[in-house]
Amino acid sequence: MSSELLFAVVGALIFTLGVAGTVLVANLLRRILAFNLMGSGAFLVLVGLAQRGGESDPVPHAMVLTGIVVAVAATALALALLRKQHEMKDSEEELTEIDDG
Amino acid sequence: MVEPVTFVVWLIVLPLAWAVAAFVTGERIGAWLGVVGSAIQTFLVVWMVATWDVAVPVIHRVGGWGAPLGIDLAVDGLALAMLLLTQVVSLPLTIYARSYFSEDASKSRHFWPLAGFLIAGLNALFVSADVFNIYVTLEIVGLSAVSLVAIGGGRAQISAALRYLFATLIGSGAYLLGVALIYGAFGSVSLATLIPLVGSNPPQAFALAGLLMLFGLMLKTALFPFHYWLPPAHGGAAAPVSALLSALVVKASFYLTLRLWTELFASIADDIAWIPALLGAGAILWGSWRAIQAIRIKMLIAYSTVAQLGYLFLVFPLLPGQDAIRATVMQACAHGAAKAAMFAAAGVLIKATGQDTMAGLAGMTGRLPLTLFAFGLAGMTLMGLPPSSGFLAKWQLIEAGMARDLWIIPVVALAGGLLTAVYIFRILSFAFLLSPSSVKIATVPRVQEWTAFALAAGSVLLGLRGVELMALLPGQVP
Amino acid sequence: MMTSGELLPLAVFFSSLIPGVLIFLMPESATRTRTTLNILGAVVKLVLIFILLAGVRAGDEFGVSFAVLEGLELAFKADALGLLFITLSAVLWLLTTLYAIGYLEHSAFRRRFFGFFSLCVTSTMGIAMAANLFTFFVFYELLTLSTFPLVVHRGTQAAMRGGRIYLAYTLTGGTVLLTGIVLVQNLLGHTDFAHGGVLGAFDDSRSTYLKAIFFLLIAGVGVKAAIVPLHGWLPQAMVAPAPVSALLHAVAVVKAGAFGIVRIVYEIYGVEFAQSLGLLTPLAIAASITILWGSLRALSQDDLKRRLAFSTVSQVSYIVLGVALFGPIGTIGGVVHLVHQGLMKITLFFCAGNYAETLGIHKVSEMDGAGRRMPVTTLAFSIAALGMMGAPFTAGAVSKAWLSDGAVAANMGWVVWVLWGSSLLNAGYFLPILWRTWFRCNRSGWHAEHIPVAGWRETALLLLIPPIVTATATIAAGIYANSDLSPLAWARLIASREYVTKIVR
Repeated sequence: MSSELLFAVVGALIFTLGVAGTVLVANLLRRILAFNLMGSGAFLVLVGLAQRGGESDPVPHAMVLTGIVVAVAATALALALLRKQHEMKDSEEELTEIDDG
Repeated sequence: MVEPVTFVVWLIVLPLAWAVAAFVTGERIGAWLGVVGSAIQTFLVVWMVATWDVAVPVIHRVGGWGAPLGIDLAVDGLALAMLLLTQVVSLPLTIYARSYFSEDASKSRHFWPLAGFLIAGLNALFVSADVFNIYVTLEIVGLSAVSLVAIGGGRAQISAALRYLFATLIGSGAYLLGVALIYGAFGSVSLATLIPLVGSNPPQAFALAGLLMLFGLMLKTALFPFHYWLPPAHGGAAAPVSALLSALVVKASFYLTLRLWTELFASIADDIAWIPALLGAGAILWGSWRAIQAIRIKMLIAYSTVAQLGYLFLVFPLLPGQDAIRATVMQACAHGAAKAAMFAAAGVLIKATGQDTMAGLAGMTGRLPLTLFAFGLAGMTLMGLPPSSGFLAKWQLIEAGMARDLWIIPVVALAGGLLTAVYIFRILSFAFLLSPSSVKIATVPRVQEWTAFALAAGSVLLGLRGVELMALLPGQVP
Repeated sequence: MMTSGELLPLAVFFSSLIPGVLIFLMPESATRTRTTLNILGAVVKLVLIFILLAGVRAGDEFGVSFAVLEGLELAFKADALGLLFITLSAVLWLLTTLYAIGYLEHSAFRRRFFGFFSLCVTSTMGIAMAANLFTFFVFYELLTLSTFPLVVHRGTQAAMRGGRIYLAYTLTGGTVLLTGIVLVQNLLGHTDFAHGGVLGAFDDSRSTYLKAIFFLLIAGVGVKAAIVPLHGWLPQAMVAPAPVSALLHAVAVVKAGAFGIVRIVYEIYGVEFAQSLGLLTPLAIAASITILWGSLRALSQDDLKRRLAFSTVSQVSYIVLGVALFGPIGTIGGVVHLVHQGLMKITLFFCAGNYAETLGIHKVSEMDGAGRRMPVTTLAFSIAALGMMGAPFTAGAVSKAWLSDGAVAANMGWVVWVLWGSSLLNAGYFLPILWRTWFRCNRSGWHAEHIPVAGWRETALLLLIPPIVTATATIAAGIYANSDLSPLAWARLIASREYVTKIVR
């Protein structure tokens, strides 16, 4: 197995784990972590596959950097929402969904 | 003389600028900045449309850098139609929102910056020329949309925002993995470079990338059964936010689905064309059914969005025919204007009656006739009744289906129209009931009523002059 | 620059649309301005129509079109057939507006009522002037939408139920009609109406397909024309106030359906082609069943308006029957009945409204002695009812004579029996009413009397004038049928133009 394929397969595996966590885990903090895992998997695939004859390609590196910035922003928003929800949960007992059915 | 097409850069810079300025200056000035900025954007896009003569895509290299390190913006008729829709719908909504939030400074503080980012993200998304840049714009749109849901600050809204956030993150994660696979296979993310490279027999990795990206986009478009996040988010947010989200945000990911489907993934699209159409049919039935059962007004409208999005996907077996693209663009514009009008009208009704229930609407045709009229006109567009733009969309869809002897598509579209009529007239019937005159209603500024009405009237009048909008798109392929 | 040939049809259209929009913008309390605007609109419309009538008679052409999409046009034309319907609607609109002003004098939501009323008339104009099936459909659906607020006007649960049933029927019918129209568009690339039809060019191999389309189109418009078994909405829609029942359910809505059938048979299929496909006989049978069934059901209704509604079901199909009789004589009979039935039925509804509004009477069984209390109303009612039965010197007699002559000319002798049977049934449900009102005494007094007698005026003046006018017109149309200005003369003009000049020759 060539090294680029190895990177890609590992990346895909991490991505899958991340998706599973984001969908299945109930705890919101863990879901946020799982989402970050998912992003890292995608980045690994991007960097791993993008080698041309052993030489690294700078373009995907730039993309991954951008992707990391996006992921940081998303994580920050998720954490802010989570904190807000916790504050409200403290004051009131249970959380009901507004979906009316 | 500046080429009007270069205005496209300003359509991205301007909302970013007023978003930042609104954040700095606070809600009062920020609101004005938003309204004026939207007006200028509308003016620019109308100018672009008016001077648009040939259906040849225009590439604009931002800063003169060019791909792969620079960012290219590509404008074609389809993108221009979406830019037009976005500005024309958001201008009345900003006017509406300025009045709507005027009593509640805590919410509008966040509304204006976020709305600016959202519109900038949407405009950038429509003209992005490479799949990675599309990812970035998708995230800008997604994150600002989620934040907009949360600005209400209520428990239910926070919870809806979180649910929405995870959905949109999974969608963009899948999309990003697809981008990685494509770059791995072809060494480029530029659509213009990729399309000739793909050829008729692409590698397995490309097909996988296509499935991942399309899945991600459908999740973001809330196509049944991935719609679970939409009703609480759209039904729970503040009225101007619901309007922006239902009218524009879901259209952005749909636009990408359509664009990638017909251009980049054309070689794999034929094999799976019936999947989106079947899901679309499912959306029409399920969304309508839930809307018929809804008790709250905004929840009804949100489920109506789920159903109406289904129409957009019905055309997929007919792609890449230009007649099908025209039908679906018309539907996107019709639904955009009508749904914005409907949420705006619902906002007025809820403020006036103080409750978000249909039973509270009794007697409102006498008290708030203009708003109810707006609601009715918007409903007419959603039902696809003439002479609205929704009717033109349905007409084109039926014609396109019949031209290929695919009868099931017209049948679903027509049945969906009847289901829509059931829930629209259910809500209108409540408003026509007599109410005791002792029921007090709060006064709502007239400007909110009129903006809702303008959007609704626009969705109907487009049905009388659909020819101009359709002229943006390429002609019939023989 | 638009020519007068293009502007006139638009002006006819806008003469009710603009008042409608203005009425919505005015406050509820602006009663006087609203009334003035309504009457002004109706009068202007009549003047415009007279200009059009003179022009069309002289052979001028009036039409205008706008592209909605590439290859899809919103097109209007004012031809002889369309003008017949327009004139009828416009004249009755003026009368009904007067009537409604009196009828709704103290009720709420008058702005909404008159606003939608004007929109209904505008839709009717669009239906009459449509130059293709697409335009016809646009206004056909607009008529549905703009009548809904009128049907549910009273705002009660019963009104909502009536409104829901009305919509369920008409919107489903609209969907079926749309399917047929898109099929025609798909086949021809257009849906234009033209004398002698546009589908005749297809050979026998498509005949089953064409028959299927015909079925869809007729089923679609048949809902509004209240052809049995698609008539269920009409009696339910009687929850509406009397002026609505009068104009919309005796004239505009049901006539829109019947008018659609005329256009489809003559100007889409062409009557000869329809005959060669064997489509006319089934249509005649459906019309005959409707005529008899409607009359049978009317016999057992005690509610006056419901009895009239079933009578409408029956009478409108006379028009359909005339269309289905192959030959110009039957055509003339059917087309002229479009006008005659409108005059007679609106008289009956005006009178029913007067009984309800003046004496609080809604049922046939309460009508004993009403003729003595309200002689003028009852006289008008009697004239119209006798006209419906086909009594001599009334408009109804003219219709029935031409229809039965047409049936003989088309070798469909059985239709004559249907007509006779229907007349008998009409007598069966109208004569008892006349008997009660004129010859029986009211013993218990009028407990629910709202409007007292003032001199010769048995009720409010505005409620009295319209039925007097229409009842007079019913007799005039019968006696002066052979004059140049009668509806019959115009129907002959239509037959000579629209219909197959080859056969007349």
